[in-house]
Amino acid sequence: MSTFYFIAFLSIFFSILVISAKNPVHSILYLVLTFFTFTIHYILLNAQFLAVVNFIVYMGAILVLFLYTLMLINLNKEAEPVKPFMVKIAAVFGGGILAVALVSSLKLLGVSDPVVLKNPDLGLVKNLGKVLFNEFLLPFEISSVLLLSAMVGAVLLATKEKEPKATI
Amino acid sequence: MESLTRTIQAVPLNHYIFLSAIIFSIGVMGVLLRRNAIVIFMSVELMLNSVNLLLTAFSVYRGDAAGQVFVFFIMALAAAEVAVGLAIIVMIYRNTNSIDINVLNRLKW
Amino acid sequence: MELIDLLIKIALIIVIFVISLVVAMYSTYAERKIAAFFQDRVGPNRAGPWGILQPLADGGKMFLKEEIIPTNATGFLFIVGPSLAILTACIGSAVIPWGQNLEIGGRVIPLQVTDINVGILYIFGVVSLGVYGIMIGGWASNNKYSLLGAIRAASQNISYEISMGLSIIALLMVTGTLSLGEIAKQQHGFWADGYFSWNVFKQPLGFLLFIVCAFAETNRSPFDLPECETELVGGYHTEYSSMKLGFYLFAEYINMFISSAVMATLYFGGYNFPFMDLIHSPNLVAILGVVALFIKIFMFIFFFMWVRWTLPRFRYDQLMDLGWKTLIPLAIANIVLTGIFMTFFK
Repeated sequence: MSTFYFIAFLSIFFSILVISAKNPVHSILYLVLTFFTFTIHYILLNAQFLAVVNFIVYMGAILVLFLYTLMLINLNKEAEPVKPFMVKIAAVFGGGILAVALVSSLKLLGVSDPVVLKNPDLGLVKNLGKVLFNEFLLPFEISSVLLLSAMVGAVLLATKEKEPKATI
Repeated sequence: MESLTRTIQAVPLNHYIFLSAIIFSIGVMGVLLRRNAIVIFMSVELMLNSVNLLLTAFSVYRGDAAGQVFVFFIMALAAAEVAVGLAIIVMIYRNTNSIDINVLNRLKW
Repeated sequence: MELIDLLIKIALIIVIFVISLVVAMYSTYAERKIAAFFQDRVGPNRAGPWGILQPLADGGKMFLKEEIIPTNATGFLFIVGPSLAILTACIGSAVIPWGQNLEIGGRVIPLQVTDINVGILYIFGVVSLGVYGIMIGGWASNNKYSLLGAIRAASQNISYEISMGLSIIALLMVTGTLSLGEIAKQQHGFWADGYFSWNVFKQPLGFLLFIVCAFAETNRSPFDLPECETELVGGYHTEYSSMKLGFYLFAEYINMFISSAVMATLYFGGYNFPFMDLIHSPNLVAILGVVALFIKIFMFIFFFMWVRWTLPRFRYDQLMDLGWKTLIPLAIANIVLTGIFMTFFK
């Protein structure tokens, strides 16, 4: 039980560091740590497949891609232009109000039942695979089209336009 | 694994919702606070992840695997989004030499 | 869990840890001896008989050298880089089945630290984390050459991870499980049901793809572009000295050991060896199995070194072309072929 609260504290702590770190590279590294705590949350919920996929997809691929892009384009340019102080205050205030509104409205619900793992096999690969390839087969196939189009789009966007050949 | 999962059984569902709500709000704050396009993008990822965690908690609470399948789809979507988004950011950087979003209010450069 | 079981687990972890460190240490010696053999030289022969104390001498030198942290480096991350590299190299060994269960005094001792049922994905995740050590170190050095090396490492790892994953998917279609212990068990003996039981005979193309990707993931020649001396001075570890440099080099050898173990387990039968059913004592089979696994691992390590001292380095665009335009289509074709074969011939 206390494990959850400790990990939850770490998640919140690191995610605050993500948005407050001056250097974008540090931000990304804090985000890696945040996602690592999320992986631990998944393991605590016995969602093994999601834990490992979170590990591979988010920490291993997406964030490496972020880091890669940042290193590629922003070499040693430390100073990120900062917003005016008032705007910052307003931003923190707005986000804080959103959090307070969400939490306080949920507070009205009262204490709910504890999360009990009714079916320990729920998050295992075997079980998820069966659900994925029976009920969700069509969305699964469509998501492959999504990924393909994203790949084509990314390649198309990132290639340099060729200079039109000079005609003599 | 068994002893680990037994520890979770006393946490009320509400606390998962609180955690996700707080992290979601931190993500919103990040979007409002920063001007670096990549950091804003990362804040969006943070928001997506808080939703993932909540869906997983709901799925375990209800004993229904559909929630975890949704998380899987969200991850696929996030991967696609990152690929296209980062390509756009690289493109912007090539044209404006900056990834400050305030530069983008111009219609032409 | 009982206390005695816990103690056995801890002992097993320590033994595996020590073995992988010792193997990595002597891989450096073996590499220099093999390089010497290929180039018709003698190789290290001063420290101890045949130079077998050479790794200790190297280690002593690494420890005692002056520690230099460049003024412009990001201090903390500069230290985190090599630590992360060696950490991710070491934790991969947790799910590899090193042998069959031993039975001592009625107590069954599994020679595998933990048999989680997503073992392959765990290995895959650890491999994909390995690039962080290099990227953080390269970035924190605040040096153009280091940064270029780090960027190269990242794009190379991401590109080759894809075809590695696709080749594993074809293997999973054959085995039907993600647990490494289960996969090793399925390849029992050498010959079963009228065909070879080792996966390499069921997935020859998949194995070829996997080993090429393993070369790229461990940054070994001919894919050692991230530390290419002729272009990038020292690559991502240009600014490193003393034991931090040692950690980077060491992590490479541990990675080589772990990926050899994974390849041996996935494709070459793991701890299984031909005619193992003829031996009736289960403990003897288990011990011989460990020996067989290590023979396979050493053969793979020799193969890594053989390739390194035989083939020249690729050019960077050739590396990317090979990854994206050859290996990925081949891996997808392999999946399709495996599917067709499994549908019609089984």
